[in-house]
Amino acid sequence: MYAWILILTLLAVMAVAYQLGIKRAISSVGGLTQINALHSLPSYYGLYAALWAGIPALLLMGLWIGFQDQIVTSLVTANLSPDMLEGQSSGRIDLILNDIKNLATGNIVSATVTPEVQAAADQYARLERIATWSMWLAVLAVALGGMAYAWRRTGPQMRARNRVESIFLAIMIVFSSIAILTTLGIVLSVLFESLRFFDMVSPVEFFLGTNWSPQIALRADQVGATGAFGAIPLFTGTLMVSLIAMLVAVPIGLMSAIYLSEYAPRNVRAVAKPVIEILAGIPTVVYGFFAALTVAPAIRDLGALLGLEVASESALAAGLVMGIMIIPFVSSLSDDVINAVPQSMRDGSYALGATQSETIRRVIVPAALPGIVGGILLAVSRAIGETMIVVMAAGMAANLTANPLESVTTVTVQIVTLLTGDQEFDSAKTLAAFALGLTLFLVTLSLNIVALSIVRKYREQYE
Amino acid sequence: MNTMVEAIDKATGAMSSAELAGGQHSRATVGDFTAVDPRMVCRNVDVWYGSKQAIHGVSLDIGKNEVVSMIGPSGCGKSTFLRSLNRMNDTIVGCRVTGSIQLDGQEIYDKGLDPVPLRARVGMVFQKPNPFPKSIYENVAYGPRIHGLTNNKAELDELVEDSLQKAGLWNEVKDRLDQPGTGLSGGQQQRLCIARTIAVSPEVILMDEPCSALDPIATAIVEELIDELRQNFSIAIVTHSMQQAARVSQRTAYFHLGDLIEVGETNHIFTNPQHKLTEDYITGRFG
Repeated sequence: MYAWILILTLLAVMAVAYQLGIKRAISSVGGLTQINALHSLPSYYGLYAALWAGIPALLLMGLWIGFQDQIVTSLVTANLSPDMLEGQSSGRIDLILNDIKNLATGNIVSATVTPEVQAAADQYARLERIATWSMWLAVLAVALGGMAYAWRRTGPQMRARNRVESIFLAIMIVFSSIAILTTLGIVLSVLFESLRFFDMVSPVEFFLGTNWSPQIALRADQVGATGAFGAIPLFTGTLMVSLIAMLVAVPIGLMSAIYLSEYAPRNVRAVAKPVIEILAGIPTVVYGFFAALTVAPAIRDLGALLGLEVASESALAAGLVMGIMIIPFVSSLSDDVINAVPQSMRDGSYALGATQSETIRRVIVPAALPGIVGGILLAVSRAIGETMIVVMAAGMAANLTANPLESVTTVTVQIVTLLTGDQEFDSAKTLAAFALGLTLFLVTLSLNIVALSIVRKYREQYE
Repeated sequence: MNTMVEAIDKATGAMSSAELAGGQHSRATVGDFTAVDPRMVCRNVDVWYGSKQAIHGVSLDIGKNEVVSMIGPSGCGKSTFLRSLNRMNDTIVGCRVTGSIQLDGQEIYDKGLDPVPLRARVGMVFQKPNPFPKSIYENVAYGPRIHGLTNNKAELDELVEDSLQKAGLWNEVKDRLDQPGTGLSGGQQQRLCIARTIAVSPEVILMDEPCSALDPIATAIVEELIDELRQNFSIAIVTHSMQQAARVSQRTAYFHLGDLIEVGETNHIFTNPQHKLTEDYITGRFG
C-alpha cells in the first residue's frame, strides 16, 4: 500500500478535525452569539484539533517507515537456517538478503532460487504486508485518538491560540535546527576523516611539506607512486590565484560601487546595478571555459608578443576570470554600505564647502570602510573556495612558484582530482581530500566570522 | 510662465482652508524685511521642487552681527528657504531657485559661481548633530584641511583649539581630542558641529533647528553660544520654539505655507504682531 495514500488520508482526517474543532469550540459556548466567551478565535481551536490529529500520526508514520524494513529483515534473517549463513562474510549475507527481497518484490535475482530462499521470500512478503497494514491501522488510530483528545480538551477556557502558536514555534525550531545540525554533521565528518588522514600522514608533513604528489601505490610493486602530501604548493597556488582575483575585483568593484552610489544618475544606476549583479549569476563552469578557452590563450599570445613564456594554463588567467566573477560581491556590498552612510554626513561635509570627491574620499569611504572591508573578506572567502574556474584554467601541476604566468594548482582543484574516478575511500590519497577540505573550511569560516563581525560593528555605528 | 502661474494658483488653492481660518491672505510681507547693515540680501526668491512651488517671492535681509530667526508651522518652507541660502538645495534633484540672493553684493545663484567655496562662506548646522565618524580633532580640522587654511600642524592645532573654545566645548574635550566625535553627548555633538562650522570662518551661519534634538540644558548652552557667535557672524536660525526665537534673535520672520507673512524686531513680533496669521501662530491658536 502506498505511503502517499496514507498521507492524503491523514490530511483528510486533519481537515475533518479542523472543522470539528471549530464546531466544538462554538457549541461549547452556546453558539455564534456567545463567541466572545472563547479564549481564542474559533479557527485556532480548529487548528489545534488538526495539529493533534496530524502531527503524532505523521511522527509515528515516519518512525514506522524508518524501522519497518530493518525489523522485517531481522525477522527473516532469524528464520534462515544457520548453516546457510555459517561461515559467510557479511557481504555475502547481504547478497542473500537482497535476493530474498528481490524475489519478494518480483525483481531479477542474482543466484538460482533455492526452496529455502523462496520460503524466506514468501515470509518476507507476508511480513511486509502485515507491517504495512498495521501501520495504516496504527497511524489512523493515533490520528483519531489525537482528534478525540483535542475534542475533549476543547472548551472556552482552553488557550488554543497559545497552544497552536507554541506548536508552530516548536516546528520552526525543529526546522532551523535541521540546518544547524547538517552543518555540524558535515564539520564532524570532515573532521573525523581528516583525523584518519593525519594518522597516516603527519600534520607537519601536510602543512609544511613542499612536495605534493598524492599518487600512492595500488599494488606493492607499482613504481613512481610513493605519495607525498606536502600541501604548501596548494596553499600558495590558492593564495596566488585569490590574490590576482582580488587585485582585479577590489578596484573595479569599489570604483563601480562609488560611481553607482554617488555619481550615477538614477536611470543609469537602475540599469547598471542589476547588470553587474548578473555577473554573480553566471554559472562558474561558464567562467571556467571562458578562462580556459578565451583568456588563457589570449594571455599566452600576449606573453609571446612580449617575449614571455606563459603556460597554457596559468594562475593569471584563472585569477583574472575569478576576479571578474567576484566583482559583484565587492561592488554590491560596498554599494549597500555606501548607501547606508547617512545623507547627513554628506550634507555636513558639503556645508563645510567640501567638493563631492573630497566628501567621498574623506567622509563617505572612511565611514563605510568597515563594511567595505567586510564585503571584500566575503569575496576573498568566495575566491578561495571557488573550484570550477581553477580546475579548468589554473592547471593540475603542484608548482611552488611565485610566477603568475606558470601553471599552479589550488586546494579545491586537488580535492576534485583526488576524489574523481574510482578510488579507495580509505587510502591516504582520498582522505587527503578531507584534510584539504577541513583546512579550506577553517580558513573561509574564520574569514567569514571576521567579515561578519566587522560588518556588524559598522552597523552599530549609526543605529 | 503659464505653468508657474498655475502652480501658484494650485498652491494658493490648497491654502484656502488656512486662509479661512486666518482671515485675509496676502502675499505681501508685513513689516520691514531689510536690515541696516545687510550681509545677505534676498529679493523675490521662489523655490520649486519639480512643479511644486515651496517658496513664494520671499524677500529678506540678514544683517551683520545679528541673529534672524525663522518661525512658522511645519512645511511652511522655512528650512527650504534656509537651505537655498548656501545652495544646499543643489543636492536635491528637481529643486530650482529663482529670484535674487546676494552675499556681500554677489549673486550666489550666478551661473559662474561655484557653490563649493560659497558653502565655506555660508556654513550650516543641521537639525540632528552629524559629526563625522572621525576623532573630535579631525572633525574640526576637516574644513581647514580641505580648504588649506593652515600651513602647518601648529597652526591647525591652534585653529582647532580656537574653534572649540568659541563653541564652548574646549574644556570638555581638550583631554580627548583623539576620541571619536560620535561618542560625545547630543549637546556636545551639536557644539562640535558648530565648532566644525566656525573653523572655516564663514560669514554667515545657517542653523536648521539646531536644538530640536537636544535636552533643555544642552539647548540653553547652545542658545548662549549663538548669542556669543553673533559678535563675529551673521546667523539665520530656523526654530520651532518661539521661546527660543525670542531668546536668541534680534529679528524674527514668520513663514506660512511658503510665504513670508511678517518680519520685524523680535520683541515687536512677539508682543505686537501685525498680521492675523502671525498672531494666531504665536498665541498658539494655529500651528
